[in-house]
Amino acid sequence: MSENNTLVEIKDLSKLYQVGGGVFRKSDDYIHAVSELNLSIRRGESVGLVGESGCGKTTTGKLLVRLIEPTEGNIFFHSGGETVDVANLKGKELKAFRRQVQMIFQDPYESMNPRLTIYDTVAEPLDVQGIGTIAEREARVADLLETVGLTPASSFIFRYPHELSGGQRQRVAIARALIVEPDFVVADEPTSMLDVSVRTGVMHLMQELAARLEVTYLYITHDLAVARYMCDRIAVMYLGKIVEIGETEEVLQNPKHPYTRALISAVPVPDPTYQRPDVVIKGGVSKPINPIPRCRFHERCMISEQVCLDNPHPQLQDYKDDKHYLGCYVVNEADGTYWNDHTPVNQSTAD
Amino acid sequence: MEETLETASPDAIRSAAAPAPRWRVRLRLFWGGFKTNWSLFTENPIGLIGLGVIAFFGLLSVAHPILMATVWSGNVYDPVRGIDLEIPFHPSAPSARHLLGTDPMGRDILSQLMYSSRFEFGLGIMSAVMALFIATAVGALAAYYGGWLDSALMRFADLIIMVPAIPILIVLSAIIADFGMFQLALFLGVLSGFGATAIVIKSQALSVKVKPYIEAARVAGGGHGHIITRHMVPNLMPIALLYMMFVVTTAIFAEAILSFLGLTEIEMSWGLMINTTQVLGYILRFDTWWLLFPAALSITFLCAAFYLVGRAMDEVVNPRLRRR
Amino acid sequence: MAITDKVLEVNNLTMHYSTRRGPVYAVDGVSLSLERGGSLGLVGESGCGKTSVAISLLKLLPENAEIINGEIRLNGTDLVPLSEDEVRVHRWRDISMVFQAAMNSLNPVYTVEEQIVEAMVQHMPHLSEQQMSDRVDQLYELVGLDPKIKTEYPHQYSGGMRQRAVIAMALSCNPDVIIADEPTTALDVIVQDQLLKKIKEVQEQLDMAMIYISHDIAVIAEVAERVGVMYAGKMAELATSDEIFHRPLHPYTMGLMSSFPSIIGEKTELVTIPGEPPDLLNPPPACRFHPRCPFATEICRTEEPEFKEHVPDHWVACWHPGGEA
Repeated sequence: MSENNTLVEIKDLSKLYQVGGGVFRKSDDYIHAVSELNLSIRRGESVGLVGESGCGKTTTGKLLVRLIEPTEGNIFFHSGGETVDVANLKGKELKAFRRQVQMIFQDPYESMNPRLTIYDTVAEPLDVQGIGTIAEREARVADLLETVGLTPASSFIFRYPHELSGGQRQRVAIARALIVEPDFVVADEPTSMLDVSVRTGVMHLMQELAARLEVTYLYITHDLAVARYMCDRIAVMYLGKIVEIGETEEVLQNPKHPYTRALISAVPVPDPTYQRPDVVIKGGVSKPINPIPRCRFHERCMISEQVCLDNPHPQLQDYKDDKHYLGCYVVNEADGTYWNDHTPVNQSTAD
Repeated sequence: MEETLETASPDAIRSAAAPAPRWRVRLRLFWGGFKTNWSLFTENPIGLIGLGVIAFFGLLSVAHPILMATVWSGNVYDPVRGIDLEIPFHPSAPSARHLLGTDPMGRDILSQLMYSSRFEFGLGIMSAVMALFIATAVGALAAYYGGWLDSALMRFADLIIMVPAIPILIVLSAIIADFGMFQLALFLGVLSGFGATAIVIKSQALSVKVKPYIEAARVAGGGHGHIITRHMVPNLMPIALLYMMFVVTTAIFAEAILSFLGLTEIEMSWGLMINTTQVLGYILRFDTWWLLFPAALSITFLCAAFYLVGRAMDEVVNPRLRRR
Repeated sequence: MAITDKVLEVNNLTMHYSTRRGPVYAVDGVSLSLERGGSLGLVGESGCGKTSVAISLLKLLPENAEIINGEIRLNGTDLVPLSEDEVRVHRWRDISMVFQAAMNSLNPVYTVEEQIVEAMVQHMPHLSEQQMSDRVDQLYELVGLDPKIKTEYPHQYSGGMRQRAVIAMALSCNPDVIIADEPTTALDVIVQDQLLKKIKEVQEQLDMAMIYISHDIAVIAEVAERVGVMYAGKMAELATSDEIFHRPLHPYTMGLMSSFPSIIGEKTELVTIPGEPPDLLNPPPACRFHPRCPFATEICRTEEPEFKEHVPDHWVACWHPGGEA
């Protein structure tokens, strides 16, 4: 993987939230929503971040667009020949950064100000960044509305959100995200609140635009089936850590981490004759509060061993020629042997 | 179930395709929105009743200078300095000459009533506008910034609510000076603005603050100022305007009490009319009912009218109260 | 009409809401049936009327809604002409419901046990306090919760646990039919798996019939023996699960099946159904799906297709079932 091709490089990113306490009393308990996350995203690819609620995927997305600030770590953004550490941007530089990274939100109903017209909503990034004259903005908004399939643009441009359906609103959200021509877009569950027949339209649109406009995506979702269609690579998160990452088909058809396996086997399939494998997992989800240095999946894992308790959370290691990475001490191969040499690796990780 | 409203007629859409000046489009949208809200407002008769009463008193304020310039002679009908020398005893009962009679000093009651209307309106609206600005600013800033600013403003609001307004006004007028209209409006506006209304607006602002479109605005690059003015304040306007109706009510009523107690320097007001009645010893006499009732009823009706308008507006502003 | 072992039979049910802008026929001529101990899945997108069907079956209609036609035969008795008092006798005891987002509608100021007991007191007032308490324990074990936590408050439960509690509430009076409206929509997939398995277990144990409403056809495939596909207030297709998924006849169903991404099998190209579900204030004339249908012809635009058996036990309302001319 050439350095030149990397767009986003996340290094040891952490976000901690204080639990309890208040204005006057500090508490010692912290939720480790995201813990020492490492991830590289190449230009033009579409990476999926999947997991259940509380795994940290939404937090990661918000960190990438700097809606929230990281507690520790770096987010390197390589664009226009320069490298910027997003984690530490402030003021005017932060505002300039916002032209390169945008976000598509989950809720088509609540992500638009109901008192503003579609034009106002889509043009807001231009307005805030001071780009173009009013006439130029109008033209650009109309052009983009047509691109996302809202034609004729003139019949949408001065409407209000409540006059549009969910699918149409989400197209507006896509238009708003793309109007500043960003390099990188974080999509936070953009289709989960849409009807099924509308969902595929929006999915196709996003794929088409990604190719045409050369946009790189981080696609956050809990729906593995959707991730399968939208993402080149997929990263499975659990309690703030990535436990498995690799090319989508490879990870989905050949999952190795016990959590990934449980997750995949739990997904219902639209075929009544298909028998799902048993979901092999214990207990319920816990919150990563002041986690002890050991594998975070240990409590729910059916194959955990002493090595999982005695060592810090396993780092991701290359499982298959750079296409599939895994963070586990004890997963077996089909022939019963351990997939690695069974000793924990202290040193640097793979991306 | 989704409703698809037709805001723009086919003509409008066609002309939107051709480059139309943006302000014209905005005006058209605003008018469309206004018509929708109006139809919601009029669903409940109380709103119309309230508006009717307000219109009535508005008419009185407008009609008075016209009458004074034309039909009524200044010497006799001037509300403050007039005196009817042709009638021997004052106060005199309602007659053809004086539709609501005269007060103990010989002045026409109806004229006084009409003349005061403008002050009542002026006072009420000035207080309301001031309170609107203050309450919206306080509510939005407290909700947006949180932390110590929020705590400070809310504690201050608690203080204001705790302190009874009328006694404070009485004390203040004793210490400083009697209140003129502007001073009273200022004081009442500030009092209302920092008090309960600010708390209500703040809680509305809090629910706006967590909406995803605020996050979207931030991701677009919007700073604090942009988010507060472009997103929060417009969404606070409906509920702020609603509560302003109640501020008008409070202002009118407070002025009435203070004038009744003789603590104001306003030239003529309904409260002052009652004060005159009381000071000259006619307050509890039913045979001179025209000295008390017109003024008292006017206060009651105008206050009630603004309250009713506020209630009817509540149905427009708060979709959950609508019946269908 | 023979009284078969059908615990629920709905014929030509029509219900409308009166709105400011006219009547909305949320349920228009819908027919379905349910065998004792069977499971029926109702699939459709938002606005198709599936939730409206559910609340009509329990006659829990809001003020502006009215059933204007059809019959709902529960154990042979038609519920439609019954008064509110008469229907109340059947509610919860013969037919009950788990509402959408029910786990968020638990009252936060009462313990969960109190709320379940309240439901029982309403419909089984002859039970003693001790009997009710025992019943709650029984219900908890049935749905897989530890009876010891029944005295806790809803906020102390997780989402999955609250959903189980609400199901326990619906089961409390031992109904013959339970309607579950999107019971797992807000849950994570592993919790959903556990809950679906538990629901199937309970259904078998109690020989209880179930109507399962969802927009997620994958979940429906897992739980339902028979599936009804609804579109714009009408029943478009009704058949066994196997038939619907493998040999769909209505173009809408066909489109739906091809537009659903699956995690297994070959990664095929997803189909988009053009257009949007219609506004029920002013639905398209004749066949409501015709504006979006790739097989639509003149007759689809002028005459409404009848809901009938095209193939034995496979009902469809379409002029071109299977896409044939």
